[in-house]
Amino acid sequence: MSDRAAEPSTLAHNPLTEAVAGFVTQTWAVADAEVWKLRHDPYELLMRAAQPTLWLLLFGQVMSQVRGLGPPGGRYLDFLAPGILAQSILFSSIFYGIATIWERDLGILHRYMVSPAPRSALVLGKAIAAAIRGLVQAAFIYGLCIILGIGINFHPLNIALVIALIVLGSGLFAMFSLIIACLVRTRERFMGMGQVLTMPIFFASNAIYPIALMPDWLKVISYLNPLTYEVDALRALMLSAGESNIGIGRDFGVLATVALVFLSIAARLYPRMAT
Amino acid sequence: MSDMIIETRELTQLFGSHIACDHISFSIERGEIFGLIGPNGAGKSTLIKMLTTLLPPTSGTAKIAGYDIIAEAAKVRAHIGYVPQLLSADGSLTGRENLLLSARLYLVPRRERQARVRAALDMMGLTDSADRIVQGYSGGMIRRLEIAQSMIHRPAVLFMDEPTEGLDPVARHSVWDDMRRLRGEFGTTILVTTHLMEEADTLCERVGVLHNGRLEELGRPAELKAQLGPNATMDDVFAHVTGAEIDSGGSYRDVRQSRRTLHTRS
Repeated sequence: MSDRAAEPSTLAHNPLTEAVAGFVTQTWAVADAEVWKLRHDPYELLMRAAQPTLWLLLFGQVMSQVRGLGPPGGRYLDFLAPGILAQSILFSSIFYGIATIWERDLGILHRYMVSPAPRSALVLGKAIAAAIRGLVQAAFIYGLCIILGIGINFHPLNIALVIALIVLGSGLFAMFSLIIACLVRTRERFMGMGQVLTMPIFFASNAIYPIALMPDWLKVISYLNPLTYEVDALRALMLSAGESNIGIGRDFGVLATVALVFLSIAARLYPRMAT
Repeated sequence: MSDMIIETRELTQLFGSHIACDHISFSIERGEIFGLIGPNGAGKSTLIKMLTTLLPPTSGTAKIAGYDIIAEAAKVRAHIGYVPQLLSADGSLTGRENLLLSARLYLVPRRERQARVRAALDMMGLTDSADRIVQGYSGGMIRRLEIAQSMIHRPAVLFMDEPTEGLDPVARHSVWDDMRRLRGEFGTTILVTTHLMEEADTLCERVGVLHNGRLEELGRPAELKAQLGPNATMDDVFAHVTGAEIDSGGSYRDVRQSRRTLHTRS
């Protein structure tokens, strides 16, 4: 009796399609719940818009006066904008770990863990939720760029690829944050780790200055940093005069690979949070 | 499949050198309301965590609805519901959203979801508050929502970890009524842990007494009481098994978690 109710697959056509459809439903369940929360309380999302505004308006305006920071012949503010977009994605995604610790402490995490949803669907759902936040931020930053007169490329293909990049980047850093949360387990330690990790990820990248200016040891670190590839591709796709130093294909390849690796690690570690 | 919906075999959990659950073996019949009692730290929550697949046992195993908790964990999860001691309803969602979230996680077919959610709200008397944020619910309402949420896929077995803890007597009785109703309507087997001897005595058909990780007694409340004498109560049974031991009250983390309410979130 109850057996049948719990397995809707009695009407099954193809077990594989069933499994995929189930996975998608469960992944979306997690992501959609986050969207509901944002809709109930959009305050946080609004506050997050403050940081990129400050970077572009204050930091950007002053640093524009420094020679040699931007690309030859280009405006520094144009160079900076994709970096700040990547930064705001990084900073908002990195909070997913602490949210998970919160959920564990409250008990809500257990509800997900006792459900039949594959652990990878739960992790991916969080990653997609981070991506949705990232896209809201991106829309805001695009608006800001228009106001500042930054040359934005609105070709539909570019927009589509930027969306893909933001999804990939937000998901990647959200899963990274989840992995850290699974390892450190307490809020206090996570707060420390969050600071220790986000600043180097940001500064050891091409977000606010070109890699060419860095000493060699820092260059090596930058090329190991996923944010560098996110920024490189964003710069090429977002700006009308943008170009990639690494190659857009390689950027996407690195980001997708790292995201998959993080997904498999996070899916393995996540259940341990509930014990 | 036998009529035993839960069968544990030598289920053991070690935390370092501490034995939280010590070779626990018992069976629960389909449709039973089974109570687990014992002092804090006796191993009740650890046992439930193992049965709900949250914590892999150190040794031993169990079958739930015919599925092995280790080898077929995903199958087990599809056939059980769990109302944890801590909050399982998300305070920043509405009641309806919480239920819809569970319906999706448990893959209730899309065309049935809305009807199932409405029926659950109706059964638990939450229809009027369905679109309010759960943070504003009373403790009793949250419990009823959590029960509804854990029953959305009509599980064969429902695990409830101290479901009436912190509820006033009226809310407590309404939770008991809900449990009997679920069993009556869906034939759900319910395994419940409790600190209330009244709950064990009047609600549960059989009771297991855990002490220091061992299952010391198992039987109908009447049998357990009769062993001690004609006028014995469940309190006497509890005291007999656990000795005159002074309740340690659990660890700091237990205390912090059991005292946490939804409102600390905001």
